[in-house]
Amino acid sequence: FVGVGGGNDFQWCFSQVKGAIDEDVAEADIISTVEFNYSGELLATGDKGGRVVIFQREQESKNRPHSRGEYNVYSTFQSHEPEFDYLKSLEIEEKINKIRWLPQQNAAHSLLSTNDKTIKLWKISQRDKRAEGYNLKDEDGRLRDPFRITSLRVPVLLPMDRMVEASPRRIFANAHTYHINSISVNSDHETYLSADDLRVNLWHLEITDRSFNIVDIKPANMEELTEVITAAECHPHQCNVFVYSSSKGTIRLCDMRAAALCDRQSKFFEEPEDPSSRSFFSEIISSISDVKFSHSGRYMMTRDYLSVKVWDLNMENRPVETYQVHEYLRSKLCSLYENDCIFDKFECCWNGADSAIMTGSYNNFFRMFDRNTRRDITLEASRENSKPRAILKARKVSTGGKRKKDEISVDSLDFNKKILHTAWHPKENVIAVAATNNLYIFQDKIN
Amino acid sequence: MFPKGTKRKFSDSGDEPAAGGEDVNQPSSVAVRMLSSYSLQRQSLLDMSLIKLQLCHMLVEPNLCRSVLIANTVRQIQEEMTQDGTWQIMTQALSAANAAAQCSADRLVATEVLCRQTEATQGEQVLKPFPAVGSEGCPAEEEVVVEGEGGVTMSTVSPQAPTSYLPGTFGMDPCWEEENGEDEEEDEDSEECGSGSEEGDSDRLVEDSRTAEQVFGTFEIKNPAPSPDPALEELFSDVDASYYDLDTVLTGMQSAPKMGPYDLLESLSSHGPSPLSSSTSCRSDLNELDHIMEIIVGS
Repeated sequence: FVGVGGGNDFQWCFSQVKGAIDEDVAEADIISTVEFNYSGELLATGDKGGRVVIFQREQESKNRPHSRGEYNVYSTFQSHEPEFDYLKSLEIEEKINKIRWLPQQNAAHSLLSTNDKTIKLWKISQRDKRAEGYNLKDEDGRLRDPFRITSLRVPVLLPMDRMVEASPRRIFANAHTYHINSISVNSDHETYLSADDLRVNLWHLEITDRSFNIVDIKPANMEELTEVITAAECHPHQCNVFVYSSSKGTIRLCDMRAAALCDRQSKFFEEPEDPSSRSFFSEIISSISDVKFSHSGRYMMTRDYLSVKVWDLNMENRPVETYQVHEYLRSKLCSLYENDCIFDKFECCWNGADSAIMTGSYNNFFRMFDRNTRRDITLEASRENSKPRAILKARKVSTGGKRKKDEISVDSLDFNKKILHTAWHPKENVIAVAATNNLYIFQDKIN
Repeated sequence: MFPKGTKRKFSDSGDEPAAGGEDVNQPSSVAVRMLSSYSLQRQSLLDMSLIKLQLCHMLVEPNLCRSVLIANTVRQIQEEMTQDGTWQIMTQALSAANAAAQCSADRLVATEVLCRQTEATQGEQVLKPFPAVGSEGCPAEEEVVVEGEGGVTMSTVSPQAPTSYLPGTFGMDPCWEEENGEDEEEDEDSEECGSGSEEGDSDRLVEDSRTAEQVFGTFEIKNPAPSPDPALEELFSDVDASYYDLDTVLTGMQSAPKMGPYDLLESLSSHGPSPLSSSTSCRSDLNELDHIMEIIVGS
């Protein structure tokens, strides 16, 4: 139902863009994570400056039936501040590495946000009504003289300007020696896991002074360190199952019922290397930057530098699908190593139906793959295509010598414009794409 | 940063194309050129990787994943260079250059920085510590060269880093250790100069790939502070020591990234030791520093 490429009854259109327009991008404004909540009503972004901005979707209006509700700022707060580790004489960045929403249990919304070292649970609540007609208080809040009260009245609720308040409810600190790269809420809605370069910890959402270490790959001798954890995620339905990926391109699935310390995996996913394409960069480009379970829980998707792979949890020896994101970069690996781009960590995401996957690339390009039709499309997030409801045109990178009109050559790609973070609405065809300091929202347009 | 062609050929293929020889034997000379080109690329990749490992953002903790990946790449290159004998040839040239007390500007420092150290040979054979630059040759050095090499490791990058660029003989501890540890740690240095063992080449190779110190290991301060204060030790007893070492070394270069090579070493030599670094001081000779810089820049 994603429909990639024209000719179908489906096209992607520009909807909104958030963020400053000027060329000079403040480092703090660079978006570092994007996440829809469970209903898709809220969209959260975190940035390098430690701030969280939450957008809320407006109710659909009858005036404009073609465009669905727009996302407008709901709440902005400073989640993390820069810290200084005095023992090591090092700064701890306030950059928000990940945001994960908790399932909504009451009128308030809750999310977990994390920087390199500390995870925080934020509760976002709103008030849009106030009570009037108290018996013991005046309208301006002053206590009434009890002797003056001669009659009782029932206070009434009157609407007021909406006030949204974010408050930190839990702070989960001091559990990670290394940099946290992932957090994932468990399906039991009581626990969550956090992963750093060498360890994975399991927390209870209510308990902040203790966490269980469930994976520890730190070698006794740090000299022997050759592999780190790059991402981890809880299974969407089985609360005892989680996976973690490594810098060597492997994924380990663990069952928490098997042992307290899940050092021995239940399943080990690795695709055998193609000896013909081996180079000094093979390991680096095999490093997995993101792992995501499908909504169904039957598949998982991994992103490495050049490709996205879909794995069937029942088959460990190779992925069931492989999609090339930007294969034309394979001949440029040396330059990309030199300018450090080869270490960029791209994320990937599923659509609600698990029929399509999306991931980012360079030059503000992002790619979508339809798993059923095997069609793919490259789109661009740019201000030029920012007219309301403008249909996004498919982009193409020319690899051969001849460059067709409208194609862009590999050497003209802007490697500073990278789309690392994308998110897909859990139910609809609405996507959020973070391009440096701008957040683009695209929607489908059904002809 | 590309080395001059003549030296490169010497180290790669070991043969010198005679004048007119190319016409006679076209295919093989093409192969030689291709081989040289590959070796050139490999060498420059090695240099790039080593520089990357050392130029870390020092205000914030360096990205461990990136460091691990680069270190693995370095080791991979080392292993390949060892297997095709390039390593041996290069270090032979190095030691020859050392003996002449004059390093060729073409010799890439990166290779000199690499030194093998195997835990297995610790304590086995006490070798005479090799002096920093020039001076008398070390008999053990020749032994090593003949022996063949297994894995190689990077020398430590620490606040004393400038000395790590001093030309060191392959197979011996880098001379920077000499300079740093002379006063207190001579025995330890001797132990660590474990290169001239009698083990076979293949054994060494296998062994080294298992036990060879990797970048992070060698990043640990080789010469811990002598006779630590027991009270202090107790204070820090529950602190994760190995990470400190890693930190210390990776943060030892307390200079801003993206600086030119000259700036980098200059700032290193002038910068005081970080709080957690070894208390031994770095006594680098400025002339030697200039000399090293030339090599790095590849002038």
